[in-house]
Amino acid sequence: MRRRSVVLAAGLALLLAVPPLAAIAGEPFAVTLASRVLIYALAAASLDFIVGYGGMVSFGHAAFLGLGAYTVGIVASHAFDGTAVPLLPFAWHGTDSALIQWPLAMLISALFALVIGALSLRTAGVYFIMITLAFAQMLYHLFLTLPTYGGQDGLNLWRRSEIPGLDLADDVSFYYLTLALLIISLLILKRLVHSRFGMVLRAGKQNEPRLQALGIPTVRYKLLAFVIAGAFGGLAGALTVNHTEFVGPGLLHWTRSGELLVIVILGGLGSLYGSVVGAAVLLILEEVIAGWTEHWMIVLGPFLVLVVLFARRGLYGWLAGREAEGD
Amino acid sequence: MTAQLVFEQTLNGLQQGVMLFLMAAGLTLVFGIMHLINLAHGSLYMVGAYAAATVIAVTGNFALAVAGAVVAAGLTGMVVELLALRRLYGRDHLDQVLATFGVILFFNELVKILWGAQALFMAPPAWLAGSVPILPGAAPYPAYRLFIIAVGLVVALGLRQLIVGTRLGMLIRAGATHRDMVGALGVNIDRLFTLVFALGAALAGLAGAMAGPLLAIEVGMGETILILTFVVIIIGGIGSVRGALVGALLVGVVDTYGRAFLPLALRTLLPPAAADGLGASISGIAIYVLMAGVLIWRPRGLFQAYGG
Amino acid sequence: MTDAILEVQGLSKFFGAVAASDSLTFQVERGCCHALIGPNGAGKSTAIAQITGEVRPDGGSIRFNGREISRWPVHRRARAGLNRSYQITSIFPAFSALDTVALAVLARQPHAFRFWRDARRDERLRRSARSFLDRVGLGDRADVRAGDLAHGEQRQLEVAMVLATNPQLVLLDEPMAGMGRAETQQMLDILRPLKGSLSLLLVEHDMDVVFALADVVTVLVKGRVIASGTPSSIRADADVRRAYLGDGA
Ligand SMILES: Nc1ncnc2c1ncn2[C@@H]1O[C@H](COP(=O)(O)OP(=O)(O)OP(=O)(O)O)[C@@H](O)[C@H]1O
Ligand SMILES: [Mg+2]
Repeated sequence: MRRRSVVLAAGLALLLAVPPLAAIAGEPFAVTLASRVLIYALAAASLDFIVGYGGMVSFGHAAFLGLGAYTVGIVASHAFDGTAVPLLPFAWHGTDSALIQWPLAMLISALFALVIGALSLRTAGVYFIMITLAFAQMLYHLFLTLPTYGGQDGLNLWRRSEIPGLDLADDVSFYYLTLALLIISLLILKRLVHSRFGMVLRAGKQNEPRLQALGIPTVRYKLLAFVIAGAFGGLAGALTVNHTEFVGPGLLHWTRSGELLVIVILGGLGSLYGSVVGAAVLLILEEVIAGWTEHWMIVLGPFLVLVVLFARRGLYGWLAGREAEGD
Repeated sequence: MTAQLVFEQTLNGLQQGVMLFLMAAGLTLVFGIMHLINLAHGSLYMVGAYAAATVIAVTGNFALAVAGAVVAAGLTGMVVELLALRRLYGRDHLDQVLATFGVILFFNELVKILWGAQALFMAPPAWLAGSVPILPGAAPYPAYRLFIIAVGLVVALGLRQLIVGTRLGMLIRAGATHRDMVGALGVNIDRLFTLVFALGAALAGLAGAMAGPLLAIEVGMGETILILTFVVIIIGGIGSVRGALVGALLVGVVDTYGRAFLPLALRTLLPPAAADGLGASISGIAIYVLMAGVLIWRPRGLFQAYGG
Repeated sequence: MTDAILEVQGLSKFFGAVAASDSLTFQVERGCCHALIGPNGAGKSTAIAQITGEVRPDGGSIRFNGREISRWPVHRRARAGLNRSYQITSIFPAFSALDTVALAVLARQPHAFRFWRDARRDERLRRSARSFLDRVGLGDRADVRAGDLAHGEQRQLEVAMVLATNPQLVLLDEPMAGMGRAETQQMLDILRPLKGSLSLLLVEHDMDVVFALADVVTVLVKGRVIASGTPSSIRADADVRRAYLGDGA
C-alpha cells in the first residue's frame, strides 16, 4: 500500500513537472510528446477497463478514438466554413466550443459502442475479438472512402477547441488540461471498478457462467462497461484531434487498436494507472528507437512477443509491487 | 443492369470468395484444433505473394512461383510456430492476439527491409493472360480469374478428402473435439499441431501467390485480407471448414455485388458523381451488415463446429 | 394433490448418440430433500444443468412453482429462487471469501447498477455476507482469497454463495465431492437444517449422505429413471441393487 502511494505520488509530481522541466531543458517538443502520452494513456485506460476488469478483449478500440476525433473535426469544420451539419432535423452550423464538442464526441462514441457492443456481446471469447476488429475496420473503411470529410486525406482542425478562460492553442495549457482530464477519468474509472457495478464486472471476467447462475444478467453489465469505455475513448479522440490539429482515417487503423492493447499489457492488465506507464514507455521508446532506425517495428514486434511470453505482470505491477489482473 | 453483368459479377464474387476460402480454411483449422487465434495469418499470405513475385522475376515460371510461395509460407509458418506460437496454445486469447500482432509488425517491417516499400506487380502467366468466352453473347471472362476459381474448388475438395478420408484428417477431427484423447492415443500432438499450422500457412501462401497478379503486392496486404477472413469466419462459424467455404463465397459475392450494383442503384436517386462516391463507401460496408445480420440470427455462425 | 416445487416432465437431451436425459420425469416436493443417484455418466449433472438453464434440453418441460421455465435464461431462473452448487468447484478465485458471498447477496437485489459507493465499504452488503460465511463455518476466513482456500473450504463457500441468493430450491451437485470424513460430516451439519425451509435436490455418490439427508430417492441410469421412492424402499429394490448398488454399497 505504501509503496503504491509513493509510486503514484512520484508519478503525479513528474507529470506536473514536465512543462517547466522541458522549458529549462529548452526542449518544448517534450511537452507535445508528453501530451500524446497522456492522451494515449486515457484511451488505453478506457480499454483496460473492459479488458482488464471485464475480460472483454476488444481489438477495435481505435474506432472510439477515431470517432471522437472525427466528431470534433466535423463539428469544427462546419463551424469554420459556416455550413450546416448534414442529417440533422434542425440546422446547426457546428461549434468551436469544447464544452459542446467534447461531450458530443463522448456521446457519439458511446452510441457506436452501444451498437457494436450489443452485437458483439451476443458471443464471447475469440468471436468478440474478431467482431470488434471487423466493425472498427468498417468504420475505417467508411471514413477512408467517404468523400465529404476529406476521405483518405483527412480533416484539418483549423482552430483548437475553445474553453472559456483557457488558451488551448498554448501547448502548456493544453498539456495541463489533458492531465486534469486524464486524472479525473482515471479516478472515475477506479471508482467504477470498486462499486457494485465494478464488482459484477470483475466477477464476470473470472467466471461468467457462475455469475449468471447466481442470477445476474451479465450481458447488460458488460454492455454498459463497453459503452463507458467507448465514451472515454471518444474523449481521448477529442483530445487527439486537438493535439495534432488533424484527423484522418489512420487514427482508426487497426494497428492503433493493437497499440492500445500493447500499452495496456505493458502497463499491467487491470491496473488503470499502469496505462500511463505503458503509454509513456511505448511512445518514448518509439521516439528513441525511431531516431536510430526507421525500422523500429522490427524491434517492437519481437519485443512484444517476449513481453507476452514472459512479462505478464506489467510495468506498473513491477513498480508498485502489486498483483496484476484486477483484484 | 443486364443478366450478363450479373453473371460476370457473380463470377467475380466467386473468385474473391475462393481466395477468402483459402485464407479462412487455414485460420479456422488452426483455431478449431489448437484454439489459437492467429492474427499473423495475413503475414503468411503476404510472404506467399512476395515469394511468388520474386520467383517469377527470376525464373519467369508461374508454376514455380506458386510452388515457391506455398513452400515459403509453409516453412515460415512452421518456424513461427516452433519459435513462438506453440508456447501460446494454452494461453488466453489476449496473449495470442498480442503476440501474433507482434509477429505481424515484425514481418511487415522485414518485408519492407528486404523488398522496399514500393509495391511489386506480377503478371499472370501467358497461357492464362487472355479471356475466354463462357456464355454466348456475354463478354469473355478473364481466364486467370476462372483459374483461381478452379484452384479454389480443387483445394476445397482436397481438404474435404483430407479431413474425411485420411488418418491426419481423423486426428484433426478428433483434435477439434477431444484434445486430450488424441494425446492419450499416443499421437505426437506437438507434431500434429505443427503440421496443421504449416498446412494453414501453405494455404495462405497459395492465396497470396494467386492474388499476386490481381493486386499490388505491398506491405499491409495481409491485414486487409485478414480482417475480411475474420468476417468470413464469424459468418461461417469458427472451426468449421464447410462454414469457411460458405462464408467465403457469401462474403465474396455480397462484397462484389455491393460494389457493382449499389452505385448503380444510387444513380437512380442521386447525381452520378455523388452516387459513385457514396456508393463506394456504402458498398464497402455491405459485408459488415451481412455479418451483423448473421450475429443477430446465429451468434455463433452458420456452421458452428467448435463447441463450448 | 401434492405440493411440488419442481416438476420435470419428459426431459430429453442427447449428446450425439449418448442419451444424457431420456424422457426424464420426476418431481421435488416442497420442503423435501430429494436425492438423485446413479452411476457415473447417468446424466445427473446434465439434469441439473437443464433445470438451471445452462444446458438446453432437446425436449420436455420443467415447471417451477407451477410455472413453465424451460425457456427462461439462467439468471431469470436463479432470481425466481432456483439455485445450484457445482460438482467441480466454481467460484471467483480472485475475490476474497467475503466478496464472493457479497456478490451472491448482491445478485438477489433488483440490480447492481450502483456506480459510486465502494462495495468494499458497503456495510449492509458485508454484514449480510458475513452472516452466511458464519453459517457455513468460514467466518474466520473472510479475507482469504477464494482461490487460496482449501478444497473443503471452497465447497463450503459454494454453499454460502447459494444460500446468500435466498433460494427456494437448491440443486446440490455432489456437495461432498473430494471431501474427507470430517469435512463430509461438517457439510452434513450445514445441509441438514436447511430441509424444511428450503427444498433440496441432491446429487450424491456417498450413500451414507444420501440416506442421512434424503426423504425421496430417484435412481437414474443412462438418463432414465429406473426407480424412485423412500430411501428404505430404494435400498431394498432389486433393480437398483443390480444396476447401481450392486457391489454391496
Ligand atoms: N457437453 C457434453 N458433450 C458431450 N457429452 C456430454 C456433455 N455433457 C455430458 N455428456 C455426456 O452425457 C452423459 C451424462 O453426463 P453427466 O455429467 O450428466 O453424468 P453424471 O451422472 O453427472 O456423472 P458423474 O456421476 O460422473 O458426475 C455422459 O455420458 C457424458 O459423457
Ligand atoms: Mg455429475
